[in-house]
Amino acid sequence: MSEVKLTVNGREVSRDVEDRTLLVSFLREELGLTGTHVGCDTSQCGACTVHVDGKAVKSCTVFAVQMDGASVTTIEGLASGATLHPMQEAFRNNHGLQCGFCTPGMIMMGVDIVKRHPEGLDDTTIRKELEGNICRCTGYHNIVKAISAAAKEMSTPAMAAE
Amino acid sequence: MYATNYAKATSLEDAVAKLQAAEDGKFLGGGQTLIATMKQRLAAPSDVIDVTKIPELKGITVDADTVTIGAATIHSEVASSKEIAAAIPALSGLAGTIGDPAVRNMGTMGGVLANNDPAADYPAAAMALDAVIHTSKGSYPATEYFTGMFETALDDDEIITKITYQIPLKAAYEKFRNPASRYSLCSVFVAVLKNGEPRVAVTGSGNDGVFRVGAMEEALKSNFAPEAVTGIAVDPETMLADIHGSAEYRAHLVSVLAGRAVAKAG
Repeated sequence: MSEVKLTVNGREVSRDVEDRTLLVSFLREELGLTGTHVGCDTSQCGACTVHVDGKAVKSCTVFAVQMDGASVTTIEGLASGATLHPMQEAFRNNHGLQCGFCTPGMIMMGVDIVKRHPEGLDDTTIRKELEGNICRCTGYHNIVKAISAAAKEMSTPAMAAE
Repeated sequence: MYATNYAKATSLEDAVAKLQAAEDGKFLGGGQTLIATMKQRLAAPSDVIDVTKIPELKGITVDADTVTIGAATIHSEVASSKEIAAAIPALSGLAGTIGDPAVRNMGTMGGVLANNDPAADYPAAAMALDAVIHTSKGSYPATEYFTGMFETALDDDEIITKITYQIPLKAAYEKFRNPASRYSLCSVFVAVLKNGEPRVAVTGSGNDGVFRVGAMEEALKSNFAPEAVTGIAVDPETMLADIHGSAEYRAHLVSVLAGRAVAKAG
């Protein structure tokens, strides 16, 4: 057992966990943050994507203890109050989901992609960047549309000033 | 996953001491292979010792002839480093093809080289760019470091600290992926070193892991053109074979991809 202290969605948390506890299990089972999903459990599907210190990682393939001292953001931490994050809003407006299982990971990766491409995003780049996130319903078309729309929204001066 | 103990090493000495004290310890880099393997119970170390916070394993240095990269450097850092892109664009380009964006935010160069997966990308760059693998005990030229599939010259308690690559006159990496797993089915790194020596290194296909193709290197000395290598065949006996591709198929890919890499290097 080890004590893990980290910041999750802006809140400091500390728990004693088994060393083998994966970050995704820590989030879901210790903190009750079940928005982060376990799809494949083999680090291929990306449903478990969260941000660690601002970077997308697959939370099913890191130990919670590895993240000691880190700042983690999950899908639950994106919206501000009742206002959805532009990426969430874009997924809703563009019908970027069907069953919704992959959606938390898609949205977290979408935010990461937009952050890494301040120069703007074309659809080919979005599809390439999504290679670690698998959706078995949509055929990706509306997911790509949603990320593209969010990228434009997130780069507008009003958002940048916030 | 079986139970394990996790410890963060603060220095090389601390990491080695912790490993030696463990019953069956393993060094942990970014964990993108080791943790996945542990989840499948294909590995069950009693202890994992995280080496990624050790200062000696950090940093990127570029001088006139070489690029030196700390072993704990994650793939996304290599892929986005302006210094590396200016010195060896083929190397930063290669880093951007490893795994996927989230995997690249955790996986480390040292971890890849210590694991020596037969489909890993960095071993091809290390062989073609005449790299030196620096460790807690000394250093190895890449040609002596890779000793077989998942086998290296490292002792169990030896840690890779840095990797020094020669800046080539030109280089290119041509990656042919398995369309499902996205791992290399066959990939070829071609370089011309500053002394004029051409190098051709192949990953993903050899049944002993990464290898150089001497006949292609010889042919490129007198004629650095795709047609110099596309007619040179490698022995299917030395190739991996599985449901994704036969040995003959992979052998054929080596010639095709070597030609493409030479064309890309220009």
